[in-house]
Amino acid sequence: MHKFEYASPTTKEQAVALLGKSWGETEALAGGTDLLSLLKDYLVTPKRVVNLKGIKELSSVLTPRDGSARIGALASIEAVRDLGRGFAALSQAAAGITSPQIRNMGTVGGDLCQRPRCWYFRSGFGLLAKDESGNALVPNGDNRYHAILGNDGEAKFVNPSSLAPAFIALNAKIKIFGPAGEREVEAAKFFVTPKSASEREYALQPNEIVTMIHVPSTLGVRSATYEVRQREVLDWPLAAASVALTLDASKKVKTARIVLGHVAPVPWVAEEAAQSLIGKTISEDAAAEAGRLAVANAHALSRNAYKIQLASVAVKRAILQAVS
Amino acid sequence: MSSSDERHDNPQADQAGVSRRNFLKGTSVALTVPLIAQSEKVVKAAGADVPVYGPDKVNITLTVNGAAKTASVEPRVTLLDTLRNELDTTGAKRVCDRATCGACTVLMDGKPVYSCTVLAIEAQGHKIETVESLEQNGKLHPVQQAFWDNDAQQCGFCTPGFVMACKALLDEHPTPTDEQIKLGLGGNLCRCGTYHGIKGAVAQASAGMKKLKGGKRNG
Repeated sequence: MHKFEYASPTTKEQAVALLGKSWGETEALAGGTDLLSLLKDYLVTPKRVVNLKGIKELSSVLTPRDGSARIGALASIEAVRDLGRGFAALSQAAAGITSPQIRNMGTVGGDLCQRPRCWYFRSGFGLLAKDESGNALVPNGDNRYHAILGNDGEAKFVNPSSLAPAFIALNAKIKIFGPAGEREVEAAKFFVTPKSASEREYALQPNEIVTMIHVPSTLGVRSATYEVRQREVLDWPLAAASVALTLDASKKVKTARIVLGHVAPVPWVAEEAAQSLIGKTISEDAAAEAGRLAVANAHALSRNAYKIQLASVAVKRAILQAVS
Repeated sequence: MSSSDERHDNPQADQAGVSRRNFLKGTSVALTVPLIAQSEKVVKAAGADVPVYGPDKVNITLTVNGAAKTASVEPRVTLLDTLRNELDTTGAKRVCDRATCGACTVLMDGKPVYSCTVLAIEAQGHKIETVESLEQNGKLHPVQQAFWDNDAQQCGFCTPGFVMACKALLDEHPTPTDEQIKLGLGGNLCRCGTYHGIKGAVAQASAGMKKLKGGKRNG
């Protein structure tokens, strides 16, 4: 990696003042589990690295009695692994990160802001994976782990966050701090599909940081995350689904949220699939139908058609797991 | 690296006059220009003076195995490289260097981390434990003994990392369930495939560590 200067501010105001106004100038360091690899591979070459771990207020996890949670962006992934019943989707997603080293070092904010694992991006071909002449490499290349949904634009990578689908399913809001102060976005709107290689995959300005994730009350919420993976440990899932359901007194579905991970450049909200569950009693058939609807608009690239079935099954199993 | 605090990891070679490591160290010292520059400036940020270090070498102090150790490194240098190249603690191994294989595992404030993916400068103020801390008075730690007894290594490159991950697992769960073992050791890889031996070692060390601590805790 290139040389950089290093600062470790103690307040968020200092941190954003130390961050640059354009991408690439500076990088924010949280757990470092992704940033250090990006630095070593020269995928980011900042002049300054701003360590956020000195800002103590950002690592608290508060779970008041109303069933909500306020999770500091610098809380470790391990800290959200056993948050309790209503947060099952989140805990199961955290446990899916099977390395204790990553769970101890990695932060919740870092999980949301990690860069895609697309091997073309990681090998220096840019976020939109193009060769020197500007030809797209993914459509005719090795795209077995690439997107099956939301892949009609130039971005074909999948969002790598494990926790994002769970946060979106639980209707979380993400608090952001920048030079202009604090703002809040819905978790689903935090992720964006970049149109150029110089953009990022999330709705942060270069000198903004994620400070907190607010999960509204989970009382009465049944949630689950199901991941389909090639290996049991040390790997990203091939497809994942997080669901959050509320049921009425007769066990019929009142509200439903279904979000897929690792299938699109952003965590994919499957609205139609969720709607199909409303008013129904959860059964294997109802869950399978939701799984089918979740991938109804999927479009396989040359080598990843298998992921459509995996994503569909992930939705079905997550729904059944949520009510079991 | 003064000669007084050197580890003697090859007593026979030492008796013969020079070990391979000491020979290499001797040659590298002769080639090194002792240039230690303190690189620090202050930047005004949100009304406060925030120190900014580097990009050249800065002096840092790490707490390694209970002792304060100083080194002069650039901010980009990892904890692993500082331990190995500056502080003569070569137990943690550099293998993937990308937070994947676990060979560099050390404990930071009692928790396993990949030292290849922590900057040395940010490790200041934390308690670092490496595999070198385990052996006491010539006696192997129960985890080390269990690896020996269960043939839990072949080439041995992953072993120091696995031993530290096992120690952290058993410190937290003295009698781990299969699920706890899977979650506790899921961050380490052994390309020789000695997982069966490692599982046996965890079982033996679990009993051994309980004995060491009086056998009262449960997981």
